[in-house]
Amino acid sequence: MADIYAYITHRNGVADDSALELIEAAKKIDAGAAVTAIVTGSGSELDQVADAVAATYPKVLKYASDALAYPNAEVVCKLLVNVLPADAILLVAHDTFGMDLSPGLSIKLDSAFVSDVADIEGVDGSTLKVIRQEYSGMVSTHVTCDISAGAVINVRPGCFAPDESKSAGGTVEDKSGDAGDLSTGRTFLEVVEAEVGDVDITKSDVLVSVGRGIEDEENIEIAQELADAMGAVVSCSRPIVDAKWLEKSRQVGTSGQTVKPKVYMACGISGSFQHMGGIKGSPFIVAINKNVKAPIFQVADVGIEADILEFLPELTEAIGEL
Amino acid sequence: MEILVCVKRVPDTAENEIEVNGSGSDIERDDLVYSVNEWDNYAVEEAIQIRDNVGGSVTVVTVGDDESEEVLRREMAMGADNGILLTDDAFEGSDGKGIATLLKAAVEKGKYDLILTGAQADDGAGQVGGMLAAMLDVPYASLVNKIEVAGDKLKVGREIEGGNQEMNEISMPCVLSIQTGINEPRYVGIRGIRKVASVEIPELGAGDLGVDAGVVGEGAAKVKRVDYFVPELGEGAEMLEGSTEEIIAKLIEHLKAKGGLK
Ligand SMILES: Cc1cc2nc3c(=O)[nH]c(=O)nc-3n(C[C@H](O)[C@H](O)[C@H](O)COP(=O)(O)OP(=O)(O)OC[C@H]3O[C@@H](n4cnc5c(N)ncnc54)[C@H](O)[C@@H]3O)c2cc1C
Repeated sequence: MADIYAYITHRNGVADDSALELIEAAKKIDAGAAVTAIVTGSGSELDQVADAVAATYPKVLKYASDALAYPNAEVVCKLLVNVLPADAILLVAHDTFGMDLSPGLSIKLDSAFVSDVADIEGVDGSTLKVIRQEYSGMVSTHVTCDISAGAVINVRPGCFAPDESKSAGGTVEDKSGDAGDLSTGRTFLEVVEAEVGDVDITKSDVLVSVGRGIEDEENIEIAQELADAMGAVVSCSRPIVDAKWLEKSRQVGTSGQTVKPKVYMACGISGSFQHMGGIKGSPFIVAINKNVKAPIFQVADVGIEADILEFLPELTEAIGEL
Repeated sequence: MEILVCVKRVPDTAENEIEVNGSGSDIERDDLVYSVNEWDNYAVEEAIQIRDNVGGSVTVVTVGDDESEEVLRREMAMGADNGILLTDDAFEGSDGKGIATLLKAAVEKGKYDLILTGAQADDGAGQVGGMLAAMLDVPYASLVNKIEVAGDKLKVGREIEGGNQEMNEISMPCVLSIQTGINEPRYVGIRGIRKVASVEIPELGAGDLGVDAGVVGEGAAKVKRVDYFVPELGEGAEMLEGSTEEIIAKLIEHLKAKGGLK
């Protein structure tokens, strides 16, 4: 089979968690594969990451350049087109960087692209079989991908359990000289940090979190009253922030805050992976949703099939009477 | 500025329960309510606002069947100037690359400075925008939640992890995929829909686009969906049953035990 590569992202000199997950995904494609990690960047941070990644990967290719100092996906795409063999299988995390990089890269490499892969069933000849989800996780699909001319495979974060025991003792090769022309029509300017809100949802032990099921801006009050009765704080899923019903600092998820409460009450939230990706430390999850098939019930500890607009006020009242 | 926005008609997950049909070959499509892909509405709104600021036009395009015309009309009722329907039996079963191939052909029939897509659609793949940009050999940025026009360049903000924003300068022509929250898509009333009801929407097939039918459709797809099934993610929640009072009593016991009540 073609060689398997994993593109590893990093921040502040630390490799992303996906470094450990991508190699597990690679082993599901080919159990015997010697997976090569690719790290890009500049300066001592890059060296630090490359050395750390060599504990997991037998071979690490390092590309240092000022153009790669910030991971601008357009620049990384050019680099990978310059250096990857034609039939390479490349694994990338399905995060905001992977989403930026991978579809276009697959075109430039003339290889197949499968996005947001939740599980890998294996390879039969030149056909890779994977599992994906559609409709916000409400249904799953088996998908085949013809990898005969290579493939770019985006792997959903958190789906492949890392094996932290191994020490690969891998080698780091500095390949910076092979990078080639990295000019693009897109220039990175700066990162603007998220605004700090009036409450810090990351500090609360109990979150009453509302999603699109709350239906109307006025109904947020129902959640606030319950939170007040419980001594909790109100947080939310993304559509509530998009509608400007609550401020961005209240959003739980990959593009919002990462929270670590003891109890998480998901009210009218379907449980998409971007939402659940913001919840760490396995809190006790209570899901209240009127659709019993909502994916949130698969990750919750306790589930209640109910209309939150009716159920939450009753719960508030009962707690008030305690 | 001449802006093209790629849109898609999708089952509305807020209005429907998505279920797998008996054979697992598809989702149950009877009685499904369809709408414009959520992300595309933000893309069209953004295009309209840019046009209103700097002049030009907004064209919406979709690949689909006759019924997809309704989403073009809806976006035209919102304020898009033109619609184009790419439709042909040969397009059926196209994968992301096939769709991008068709859109590329449509782009090349016009002269656009800016092409917008939604960040993702019903299959959550988020692939068409990036593929289209690569095929056109123009710069791309995904998950865009801010656009400022600065001459022949754009200053765009991309949403990254943790609510942070990555600012980039990008030269035009370019393709951007639009993330929700960039704006507030305007409300479309019945009157708006009626106003565009009789506007002619050109339909283009493989021949009109100059696309070899062999490079799109199911035959050309490298990525194929085999079946649909209901996911088994974990063990599932302990569902609390009984009357509302009973459920609340049980829930309060759980909350007390887990430190959920002060
Ligand atoms: C790059 C990217 C980043 C993202 N980042 C985030 C993020 O950080 N955080 C985040 O949350 N999302 C994020 N999303 C969006 C995410 O994919 C989902 O669209 C979103 O989480 C859905 O929010 P929801 O569950 O509130 O809404 P829906 O998925 O619409 O679910 C609403 C739920 O409410 C239920 N419901 C409706 N009415 C009632 C009622 N009266 N009573 C009880 N239940 C009811 C419905 O059955 C449904 O299950 C991101 C998406 C992308 C592409």
